[in-house]
Amino acid sequence: MTDRNALELNDLSVAYRVGGRNRAVLRNVSFKIGRGEAYGLVGESGCGKSTAALSVVRYLPRNGSITGGSIALDGQDVMKLDAEALRRARAESVSMVYQDPGKALNPSLRIGRQLTEIFELAGMSGQAASDKAIAMLNLVRISDPASVMQRYPHQLSGGMQQRVAIAMALANDPSMLILDEPTTGLDATVEAEVLDLIAQLRRELSASILFISHNLAVVSNMCDRVGVLYAGMLVEEGSTKDVFNDPRHPYTVALLRCLPRGGQRKDQGRLDTIPGFLPGIGATIVGCAFADRCALATERCRSEAPPLYELGGGRLSRCHYHDKAQSLPRATPAEIAAVAPKQAPPVLQVEGLNKTYASHGRPLRAVKDVSVSLRPGETLGLVGESGSGKTTFARLLLGLVPPDEGGSIELEGKQLAPRLASRSEDQVKAVQIVFQNPDSALNRSHSIRHILSRALKRLGGLTGKTLDTRLEELVRSVRLTDRHLAVKPRQLSGGLKQRVAIARAFAGDPRIVVCDEPTSALDVSVQAAILNLLADLQSKQDVSYIFISHDLGVVRYLSDKIAVLYLGRIMELGPSEAVFSGPHHPYTEALLSAVPKLDRMESGRIRLDGEIPSAANPPTGCVFHTRCPRKIGAICETQEPQLSEAEPGHTIRCHIPFAELARLQKPKAVEPA
Amino acid sequence: MSATDTPANLPTPDAATQRSPWGEVLHSLLRSGTFLTGLGIVLFWIVCALFGEHFVPYDPLADDIINALAPPSAEHWFGTDQIGRDVFSRVIVGSRDILTVAPLATILATIAGTALGLLIGYFRGIVDDVVSRVLEAFMAIPVVIIALLAIVALGTSKITVIVVIGLSFAPIIARTVRSAVLAERELDYVAAAKLRHEGALHTMFVEILPNVIPPILVETTVRLGYAIFAVATLSFMGFGIQPPSPDWGLSISSNYGMIGGGFWWTVLFDALAIASLVIGVNLVADGVHGAFND
Repeated sequence: MTDRNALELNDLSVAYRVGGRNRAVLRNVSFKIGRGEAYGLVGESGCGKSTAALSVVRYLPRNGSITGGSIALDGQDVMKLDAEALRRARAESVSMVYQDPGKALNPSLRIGRQLTEIFELAGMSGQAASDKAIAMLNLVRISDPASVMQRYPHQLSGGMQQRVAIAMALANDPSMLILDEPTTGLDATVEAEVLDLIAQLRRELSASILFISHNLAVVSNMCDRVGVLYAGMLVEEGSTKDVFNDPRHPYTVALLRCLPRGGQRKDQGRLDTIPGFLPGIGATIVGCAFADRCALATERCRSEAPPLYELGGGRLSRCHYHDKAQSLPRATPAEIAAVAPKQAPPVLQVEGLNKTYASHGRPLRAVKDVSVSLRPGETLGLVGESGSGKTTFARLLLGLVPPDEGGSIELEGKQLAPRLASRSEDQVKAVQIVFQNPDSALNRSHSIRHILSRALKRLGGLTGKTLDTRLEELVRSVRLTDRHLAVKPRQLSGGLKQRVAIARAFAGDPRIVVCDEPTSALDVSVQAAILNLLADLQSKQDVSYIFISHDLGVVRYLSDKIAVLYLGRIMELGPSEAVFSGPHHPYTEALLSAVPKLDRMESGRIRLDGEIPSAANPPTGCVFHTRCPRKIGAICETQEPQLSEAEPGHTIRCHIPFAELARLQKPKAVEPA
Repeated sequence: MSATDTPANLPTPDAATQRSPWGEVLHSLLRSGTFLTGLGIVLFWIVCALFGEHFVPYDPLADDIINALAPPSAEHWFGTDQIGRDVFSRVIVGSRDILTVAPLATILATIAGTALGLLIGYFRGIVDDVVSRVLEAFMAIPVVIIALLAIVALGTSKITVIVVIGLSFAPIIARTVRSAVLAERELDYVAAAKLRHEGALHTMFVEILPNVIPPILVETTVRLGYAIFAVATLSFMGFGIQPPSPDWGLSISSNYGMIGGGFWWTVLFDALAIASLVIGVNLVADGVHGAFND
């Protein structure tokens, strides 16, 4: 019986009923997951990844229905199960872990109650169930399970919550574990820990895994085989190594090219993009679904739907020209005009900036003694885990919150008032922001025309004819068209909304634009287009960026300088290349090591234990000493190191001398994604 | 500039996803049985108020002492009152005053409450603390007491009733608007407005107000139900609409002494009319609430 597959989808089709019509979301999807195998499902949002996961246990929303095909769990046809058998299958053999652990846990029950409940349902007595719960928490490497059992979900960090959710998923010793974007909401360092945990558990348990993620690098590290979904169809399948190193479908080829990889930088060329859009949900597809966006497409592709070609070695590709897939021409030319480095005086000079909030009567130092400078046309990348003070620093620059007394912010040599209201019109329009979430940043009641005209009027001081002319230029500069002006934000896709937000920030010819995770809500192909746009605008207008992102590949692509923040302090500051190539601060080293890479994880990874300490009660001495893998001794606990110059322009806050750091970090060259 | 990508195109329009938010609300209202039933009842009374006098069998004000207190019959479907006026004609036409006074009071409450709610929600801090406490104190006083005081000060008139009910409902609407504004002001588009040096009035009325319309509409329809009830109560107590108007509350007040004598028809039909209008408005409110919160 061991040759039965853990999960088999055969020609599965799923439709959602919207507006009285059935709209196909999955179209004849087939794949098999063997026992103990980890299978990755990748694709951009709207391609049907989560629908596939939900249909496995028939958890589709009310308007969703399986319109064809079959699902077999452990050889058992899921479609034929009656309510009781289905309940048993859900309880005993399949478990799911979702993206947001905060929503998967009941906020008003203690962790212990929620965990023991599972065992009590399985018929255990109270004490045995509670022992078993503690054993489960040990299994997911929670160090103090007894105290965690007593806590409520909100008292745990995101990473801990996800561990608990995984413990709950494993409680029934499932044969099939479905992980739907399990690390998407987590910091890179926490993500690395959770992924390590899943990898370890795979070795200890026999469960098969269906791993769903939009992050190609994560899937490449976690899975044996991978399937690429596009418009509800499986377009490519094969072993992870083959698919990512030798893709045979133009969509996979294009997707991989959108990622800034191998330390690519803006001055080395633009990222490739995928033109056009995903077919709408339920669209009628004639021929190949990707044909409209594929530069290799021929007449045959538009008329004749390609079958899944078998390429041998367990590889499949839904492309007539799978042998030529890698010759897909770039959608976006890489060449850019060379920009001569300038030695202009800094546009921004920040000295000794502090921000202290009051938290339960205790001071919370969100930003401590930050000094940076930035030249015109340069990008300063801010990196660090959540809670490191990146966003607070940005809000201080913008004047949205006033800093503590003492520090100074100078814009083009002139002091900026701490409060926005007391800054001059010129200063206000000189510092603008592109927010992370365009849904929050664009007023949903206003048309795009209203949003941009208002910005031009207030920031550009324009009216009448000149405003209309400038509006047209502005819209073109972010590569939108007149047609987009009449609509409301909700009628645009995420990428188009973010272009509107960028246009608004550029309405008054700003000197500095803060980009606060501008691409984190976007798919990789859209992200590439937005990054290209930002790079183009910068080279044309000589604007400076403060670029905040948790994605180090993205930061590296756009940044000239990097500041690594930890608990509101700059731990390392220097030219982008120096910070990334090292030697670097132990914290930077850990951040870089945590990033999952498409080109397989190297050995000798560095993992940070525990969580970022509270800024209200920072550790004594070096604030990083509690988690530092390279701590040298008592000096780290008692004395706070100064930012000292390691190389010209590159400063590090560490007691370990630079030469010693260089020696310690020498053996393995850390190469981020 | 190097052309790094082609102009982005709009995705193909799709009937279900391209409907505007208001179109979606309308669509779900028209499919809501609750809303349509309520709307039917309310429309019936509106038609009666506007055109009732043209199709009622008798002049609602004409007395006919000989036929006083006649029980319901083929001639007088709902009977006659103590001076022989036709109850059916009076009930049909009696919706006129209440359907003028209650909506006007609700509109007044909505306008005042919205302005107040925007103000305290946007500025928060000391403004919110002081104004909110005052509003709470105000809400603790029963409408009837306020009405008594106002009538002593202003005299009895429809205007007084509108002002009294409008002002006593305004704090309730202000509270709803405030909580919606508190959520809105944390969104980044408000920060973006600050980064354009927009004034407080622009931010409140142009940026925030359009986004808090849905909860305001829901609260307004709910308040209208209460306003109808309040107008009827005040008329019953003699503070509002004055004779000889065939107003329902007024009719009940002048006839309820008759119930003891077995002349139930002089009161029952007016009471049912009030009940049906309140139920109708509440059904509409339920439907509106459902449409915005689907």
